[in-house]
Amino acid sequence: MVENVLVKKINQSAGDRVFMLFIYLFLWSALIMVLYPLIYVVSSSLSSSHAVTSGQVWLWPVEPNISAYIRIFQNKQVLTGYKNSIIYACIGTTINVCITLMAAYPLSRKDFKCSGLLMKFFTFTMLFSGGLIPIYLVVKNLGMIDTMWALVIPNAMQVYYMIIAKTFFNMSIPEELYEASDLDGCSEFGILWHIALPLSKPIIAVISLMYAIGHWNSYFNALIYLKTQTLFPLQIILRNILIQNNVDLSMIADMKTAMELEGMRDLLKYALIVTASLPILAIYPFAQKYFIKGMMIGAVKG
Amino acid sequence: MPKAEFVLYLGGVLKNDPLFYNNTMPNLNETTPKNELYLHTIIPPMYNKTWTDRNTNWKIVCCNTALYGLNFILGGEGSLVASFLKEWKKEFKKRWQLYVIILLPVLYVIIFNYIPMGGAILAFKDYNIREGIFGSPWAGFKYFNQFFHSPYFWVLIKNTLSLSFFFLIAGFPMPILLAIALNEVSNVRFKKTVQLVTYAPYFISTVVMVALVMQFLSPRTGIVNIAISALGGQEQNFMGKASFFSTIYVLSGIWQVTGYNAIIYIASLSSIDPSLYEAATVDGASRLQKIIHVDIPGILPTIIILLILEAGKLMSVGFEKVFLMQNDLNLINSEIISTYVYKIGLLNAQFSFSTAVGLFNSVVNFILILSVNKMAKRWGDISLW
Repeated sequence: MVENVLVKKINQSAGDRVFMLFIYLFLWSALIMVLYPLIYVVSSSLSSSHAVTSGQVWLWPVEPNISAYIRIFQNKQVLTGYKNSIIYACIGTTINVCITLMAAYPLSRKDFKCSGLLMKFFTFTMLFSGGLIPIYLVVKNLGMIDTMWALVIPNAMQVYYMIIAKTFFNMSIPEELYEASDLDGCSEFGILWHIALPLSKPIIAVISLMYAIGHWNSYFNALIYLKTQTLFPLQIILRNILIQNNVDLSMIADMKTAMELEGMRDLLKYALIVTASLPILAIYPFAQKYFIKGMMIGAVKG
Repeated sequence: MPKAEFVLYLGGVLKNDPLFYNNTMPNLNETTPKNELYLHTIIPPMYNKTWTDRNTNWKIVCCNTALYGLNFILGGEGSLVASFLKEWKKEFKKRWQLYVIILLPVLYVIIFNYIPMGGAILAFKDYNIREGIFGSPWAGFKYFNQFFHSPYFWVLIKNTLSLSFFFLIAGFPMPILLAIALNEVSNVRFKKTVQLVTYAPYFISTVVMVALVMQFLSPRTGIVNIAISALGGQEQNFMGKASFFSTIYVLSGIWQVTGYNAIIYIASLSSIDPSLYEAATVDGASRLQKIIHVDIPGILPTIIILLILEAGKLMSVGFEKVFLMQNDLNLINSEIISTYVYKIGLLNAQFSFSTAVGLFNSVVNFILILSVNKMAKRWGDISLW
């Protein structure tokens, strides 16, 4: 029997080997297709402007220098944007996580009578929305237009993340623990604070990261609610410079010819792309497995 | 007098209901003969009449259904309302802290989700700022008609649907292929690396993503055009041609989300029973045959549910990326419902018209997702909620 299988294995190995060759070919091309643009951007940002415009950069930096980064970090707009984005991400994430957990914890309790009804109440908002203008009017009536609160208060809870947190509470905290602490005279606040939260540190980390990245990357709310330049988060500044091509003149004032000017523009764009994505790509390798874990929990009951 | 043989109850109160026994009929208890007929009536002259039918020898008692019903609902201890209140009082007394905890999220959802839903009546009004939503005069379906008859209507529907269909057809199989290919690889380090790298673009912001695309495709200095001219081809202004828009949108979208979407299939593949592979090996199946006969059937439920989920989103193409990729030259193919709502609503301040367009889109989305879920329930016994 064993020999039989072995013989078959050997017989098929030729076909399988060809097949595996295709598999590896496919995966390597996927890897290169994703990685190459990223490497190209980083390399371009570290090359000279002349090398970028004349198309000499293919993989590694040509005439390496960091002049573009120096220009960027001397630019007030970009620095303010950076600072604003950090503030919004911190405050926003704190509010997000608090509200999400405050909804998820009671809903996870099996002896909480309203949980079914409230769950429907929350999930309905995933299916239907009043639309852009009515939400805008609510935010306007609350006096939040053109303040940072417009970016951190509306959208304070993603129902999807709330469901992930709720599922985690359900899975990781046994019912007996609640009963025991109830018998010991622990209040509900006490149970949440001393038992549920310490036990769910991993899920708090996951949703905090997801919210923080969401804040860092979002530009839509800033686009519709903010008018004052000094309040703009980084993504709006990026949009102005990268997409609408409004490069701040002070950054390129010393360029003499049109050719040089355009080269520096491109160089600055590449450097900006790197600077803006750096915080996320820096934590990404460490955070990746948590994201996957969070997604799996979400998929169980998503 | 021979006893009556049958007991018949009419009206809203049932005899075997303990509430009825204990409260609404105080003089009725276990010792009361069970063979009395209670006729519940709403005809006034018959209240409180009792007689014995000569032919059947039934004792008939006429009671007032309305009164008994009222008593049943509102009466003293044990009635519906009282027991309901008692139960909730107990629940609140024991769990009031949970209610306090969830109060803030509930208020939050009411303010930022449910009030705007009510605010959508703006679509049926002639909004002016001075009189507010409620003071403004009604407009009926004027703005809906205006939208349905505007030359934009079919353009918007066509653009929105074609973008999402194109993305669905081209983008949906990619993560499945990636997951199956990764599943074949036994080298853990290579597998992890591919996963790590392909997952990364998901975290790049939309602004940066569109900027990347624009840099790569820029007419003279972009790497794509440099490569094209190096190979002797004709340089193209990709962003300036409307016909390229959907291709660029879809390909860059695939680049960004394939790795992320593959995760769920990878997990699904890893949960396939290993004995199935062993059996297939014993039967002499090649790797490709194992994929076709073990892998694909194994992840088919996941594929179907995700396909259904995607189909529910056909009319809701996201604002962010399309808006950033738009320019005057490609607008004919790139104007979709959400960008149109933004422009006429917030830039041109036509609040009512814009709300009507948005509401139309919300309702279509809602119907789509409900019907898609119903189909899933019927065909696959799978439901999203």
